[in-house]
Amino acid sequence: MNSLKSPSDLEKLRKDILAKKDPKRLAIAACVSTGCQALGVQKVLEAFDEEIKKQGLEGKVEIKETGCLGFCEKGPRIVIYPEEVYYFQVKASDVPEIVSKTLINNEIVERLLYTDPVTGKRARYLSEVPFYKYQNRLLLESNSKIDPKNIEDYLAIGGYAALAKSLFQMTPEDVMKEVKDSNLRGRGGGGFPTYRKWESSRNAQGEPKYVIVNCDEGDPGAFMNRALMEGNPHSILEGLIIGAYAIGSHEGFIYVRQEYPLAIENMETAIKQAEELGLLGEDILGSGFDFKVKIHKGAGAFVSGESSALMTAIEGKVGEPRPKYVHTSEKGVWDKPSTLNNVETWANIPLIINKGANWFASIGTASSKGTKIFALAGKVNNTGLVEVPFGISLRDIIYKIGGGIRNGKKFKGVQTGGPSGGVIPKQHLDSPVDFDELTKLGSMMGSGGMIVMDEDTCMVELARYFVNFLCDESCGKCTPCREGLKQANIILNRIVSGKGTEEDIKKLEKIAEVTSVASLCALGQTSANPLLTTLRYFSDEYEAHIKEKRCPALACKELVSYYIDPEKCQACMICHRNCPADAIIGEKMKVHVVDQSKCIKCGTCYDVCPPRFGAVQKLSGEPVPPPIPEEERLIKRARKEKRS
Amino acid sequence: MYDDQIDKIIDKYGTEKGILIQVLLDIQHEFKWIPKEAIKRISERLKIPYSQIFRVASFYTALSLKPIGRHLVRVCVGTACYVRGAPRILDSVENKLGIKSGETTSDGKFSLETVNCLGCCALGPVIEIDGKYFGKLNSTKIEKMLSSCN
Repeated sequence: MNSLKSPSDLEKLRKDILAKKDPKRLAIAACVSTGCQALGVQKVLEAFDEEIKKQGLEGKVEIKETGCLGFCEKGPRIVIYPEEVYYFQVKASDVPEIVSKTLINNEIVERLLYTDPVTGKRARYLSEVPFYKYQNRLLLESNSKIDPKNIEDYLAIGGYAALAKSLFQMTPEDVMKEVKDSNLRGRGGGGFPTYRKWESSRNAQGEPKYVIVNCDEGDPGAFMNRALMEGNPHSILEGLIIGAYAIGSHEGFIYVRQEYPLAIENMETAIKQAEELGLLGEDILGSGFDFKVKIHKGAGAFVSGESSALMTAIEGKVGEPRPKYVHTSEKGVWDKPSTLNNVETWANIPLIINKGANWFASIGTASSKGTKIFALAGKVNNTGLVEVPFGISLRDIIYKIGGGIRNGKKFKGVQTGGPSGGVIPKQHLDSPVDFDELTKLGSMMGSGGMIVMDEDTCMVELARYFVNFLCDESCGKCTPCREGLKQANIILNRIVSGKGTEEDIKKLEKIAEVTSVASLCALGQTSANPLLTTLRYFSDEYEAHIKEKRCPALACKELVSYYIDPEKCQACMICHRNCPADAIIGEKMKVHVVDQSKCIKCGTCYDVCPPRFGAVQKLSGEPVPPPIPEEERLIKRARKEKRS
Repeated sequence: MYDDQIDKIIDKYGTEKGILIQVLLDIQHEFKWIPKEAIKRISERLKIPYSQIFRVASFYTALSLKPIGRHLVRVCVGTACYVRGAPRILDSVENKLGIKSGETTSDGKFSLETVNCLGCCALGPVIEIDGKYFGKLNSTKIEKMLSSCN
């Protein structure tokens, strides 16, 4: 393809691409993002290749490998065009039938459609699937339409039109105004107004100015950015170039964590293709505006997601934060003005330019505009990526979209904001989700991780998990964070092992206060959130651990014992065979007993005991009943046989 | 002995600024660890003190200063996997391999690491073996996966 020299060149190319596309052509779109690959989509694709040849459709079916389609729980998911048939949990063995029925005869393979777990009704259209029905997928929807490795697909859905509009119909000031009026706030966690960051860089002294995409996504439990970068890298790139134009920057960085190899690969391809077409590089579309961009791989450090730390990492140094008396937007990378925004923030820019600030500002709440992508995970039925307008309630996300809690268990709390966020309990489920409401509840928006917890999750253990995580990830530069987290970690470890004292709670509160006030960067300042929210909403669990040496969720290893109910045990030997510590005494026809002195509390016996017996139990805060006398152990099944 | 390969990696970046971490990542990718000799060579070529390179290499989790086994097993202990039983998965891998996280088996076959998030949160618990991801795990599946590694 030749380099494009003007907006009309771009439009002509777009027309040519669209003209080439036959809307009636058979196509299969399969998600090949990291999640579906883990579920074996590659085998499904190989089966399609083979079967298409075998059934004589070679050359007649286009196979499109797309980014994440959101509903990871039911992956691999495929779409068949032009009829838009959506199949879920497709296996390689389903492929011959899909080819012969759907591709050749235009029939639906009913069993592969989405089945509502409550009504049993099958959903022919995506709009009938509750997981999608309540979403507003402004950013994610494109993932199902494009092959991220092919710029033509992005152009076909109107890609780079916003860039052309910005460069030729708008001044940088116009772009700034549009972003300001849209009220877009940063999607990386803090929710800082994007416009203010941009303006500060724009007005700052110093050349060159840098623009940066933050795809460090270090929050465990969050994969929104990965999905966007894997599935639609051009939308991020387009947003970045528009931002650079508005700010007056000619150089950018895309910072991606090395744990996301596919995101890196797709972004590299996107950059190359955009350069070839003259959408990136010198004299973009003949406008005279130059912009180049480089990918910087992050080497794995949670703290490097913090803006000043990330910029130090770009300089090739240890990614530690620095005090922000001077904002990074004025002095960032190599002390030059640097604007850093999250992947999702950048991806919103082309939408705002195309559809206008008023349209964007009409979605959401008074203080938070547009949509937000959440990674819904944990103990919820429908896990995956969810894009919703701000203002939706947590309850709607978890119950309407997420389909409620797995295995009929009870909801206990939802964790938002990653390790810097907090746990929100059930009495606040009806709170609307926006930047300020979540902060009021003691948590925060964060980048969008949303982890649902049920009655089996121990909140003290969860607090310990986060504090331990942050303790590991603290860079150690400032004392309150380094030492505060370490001490909190020691205390929490004491509590979960049943050795806590009542004084410990006060100590934890004190540590939390000091760490949050005196730490250098956001990692330390927000590190108290998981601790404080669990103390605030689940104080009874802390008390049970401390006073009764009991874990109400039956999760803390040292406070739990495994016990085989002699009334229920059928002496089937399964737990005996699977126990890695040989701690189960038993033989055929003889009720099994856990040897408490040998038990390592791995829980294998609990997992493998057939549910119809349910003989293995967890006990906490009470002594394990002594084993029944030897002579009574034998009779169990004999008794049963006699009865039958 | 590593000089040629390292020079090649450095030359790829030309005269760009701030390439140290990228170079180290490439070396990690190529050799599976960062040998001392590599640090020395980078120090000579990029004119960065040995101590500074060592600091960077020891700061980031993706960079390893020890050689690792033929197969790298990474157990995700991110929050989503965690609430879905990652600690048990880790216990079970540790039991089966007879090593703790951060160690390598004495025959050099397996290295075990934990990782904070692989971004497949909807499929937790997840582990990665030699770059391939496996989701919705339980201990029986792990047994199979580990025994299929040669």
